[in-house]
Amino acid sequence: MIDNVRELLRAHEGLKREVYLDNENSSQVPKEVVEAMLPYYSEYAYGNPTLTHKPGWEAYETIMESAQKIAACLGTETLEDVNFAPGETEANNLALIGTAQALKAKSKKIVISETEPLSVLNVAEMLQKQGYTLVKIPVDPEGFVDLQKLGDAVDNGTVLVSLSAVNQEIGTIQPLKAAIDVVRDRNPDAIFHTDATDAYGKILFDVKALDVDLATVGSYKILGPRGVGALYVKEGLNVDRILEGQIGTQRLWPGVENTPLIVGFAKASELAFENFQDNIHHMRKLRDMLISRITEGITDVRLNGPEGDRRGSDNVNVSFLRCEGEALTIELSLKGVYVSSGSACTRRLLQPSHVLVAIGRKFDEAHGSILMKVTRYHTEEDIEHVLEVIPKAVDRIRGIVGSTGVS
Amino acid sequence: MSRMPLPYNPKVLDLFRNPKNQGKMEDATVVAVAGNPSCGDMITFYLKINDRDVIEKASFESYGCAANIATSSIVTEMVKGLAVEAAWSVSWKSVTEAVGGLPSIKFHCGILAVGALKRAIRKYHKDRGTRPEWLSDEISFEEKQALEEEELAKLLSKRMKTEEK
Repeated sequence: MIDNVRELLRAHEGLKREVYLDNENSSQVPKEVVEAMLPYYSEYAYGNPTLTHKPGWEAYETIMESAQKIAACLGTETLEDVNFAPGETEANNLALIGTAQALKAKSKKIVISETEPLSVLNVAEMLQKQGYTLVKIPVDPEGFVDLQKLGDAVDNGTVLVSLSAVNQEIGTIQPLKAAIDVVRDRNPDAIFHTDATDAYGKILFDVKALDVDLATVGSYKILGPRGVGALYVKEGLNVDRILEGQIGTQRLWPGVENTPLIVGFAKASELAFENFQDNIHHMRKLRDMLISRITEGITDVRLNGPEGDRRGSDNVNVSFLRCEGEALTIELSLKGVYVSSGSACTRRLLQPSHVLVAIGRKFDEAHGSILMKVTRYHTEEDIEHVLEVIPKAVDRIRGIVGSTGVS
Repeated sequence: MSRMPLPYNPKVLDLFRNPKNQGKMEDATVVAVAGNPSCGDMITFYLKINDRDVIEKASFESYGCAANIATSSIVTEMVKGLAVEAAWSVSWKSVTEAVGGLPSIKFHCGILAVGALKRAIRKYHKDRGTRPEWLSDEISFEEKQALEEEELAKLLSKRMKTEEK
């Protein structure tokens, strides 16, 4: 198996330009972030932050300072509101299971949207198996949640509502404030959680202004290292731990804190938030360059998700009809353009993304979708290269498809 | 949606990059289709068969992943020059072997390719009103699998449409 992969890598030799756009699934960590992290492995603050010696106190100070920086980026002054976890998957698990456990006796209903990330959706479905009632609110063809149905679903028995601030796949910026108002109006005690991993550092997002109870943020989505994220927990809110062990500085996550990763997360946050408006402007420009030239220059293309200000600044998701996604990602990779597809052929039938299905895309539309996320580091030259490669790749794959499936 | 690593081997990669006998055949004796776009997997086979029942030319069109393209391509090469009867005995296992192996979750691609081939052969004899002894009325494993995949896709899209209402 590994020999095959070596051959696949060899097939990429000699690429003159490479553009990585699969920032949804993992990201390239900028050198300045890596350099900020390095001293914390072996030179400084390598101790356990709960122990009574210098390297331990250094670690304590470093973690608290990092939490303070991230808290500021989230719009809160209180560093204790920031609870580090190993990633956004873990933070989402903590938010849902931890809240359900803490409020077990009181209520039994969970409300989410149909387009939540799997670390919310699958966890909510797991809780459903354990006896919770789960309601999934539908979205419109652009991915916006139906606020009327959201209100109708929330009642006195609702323990938790979870709605992403920005959809991870199609970039829909949910009307979060309105959704929170609708929920509180129906049940002021319902806990409101938002997965804000695609909002943090990408749109204006302020936990205090929103008055949200729980918010998940992740490091790699803002070009920090993988393996670290955080759950914002509003002061005074009760969330149970979902893992047990040695508790250190993080009351909701046991185990030894990973100081270098936390430093990297804080550094990545700083970089995303300094020149925030310029960064957003730059990403939007590249995003719209991709969207407009792909949808105008290639036939039978559908944009998935909304346009303009209602779309996350970095998100491009398009479906090419008569073009299978996995084949297209391989073809693009061989030309140095790295993207992901909205379908995964891991079973007998290709599994379309639940988000694309929820916005009403037919299977064959979902199968030809690709997802790209631009960053502030991409240049117009990068995007020009992508725009040169994509039409040729789509053409070649469509050439193989020919008249198959055309009715 | 779960994802799995797909370490395609060099033969599959080569057939994906340079598929053989790709494209519609205008003078085909018989055309057969297996799969459908909702499965993310669909193959059309074109066979040109001469009056001595020998496959002179074979070509394909494929809507599908790299494994789908590679297996379709290799089937056209395997059956070219074969008598129809010999082509009937091509199995999905021999196709998988011919492409140097596939990740197990991609076996169905090879099965579908052979399913399309067998449908073409069956159709050829049906069109001519001939019933050779080796051609059983009972459908082969690959044809059955193709049928099942198509039914499953139909069921899923029907379920989706019901949910929409």
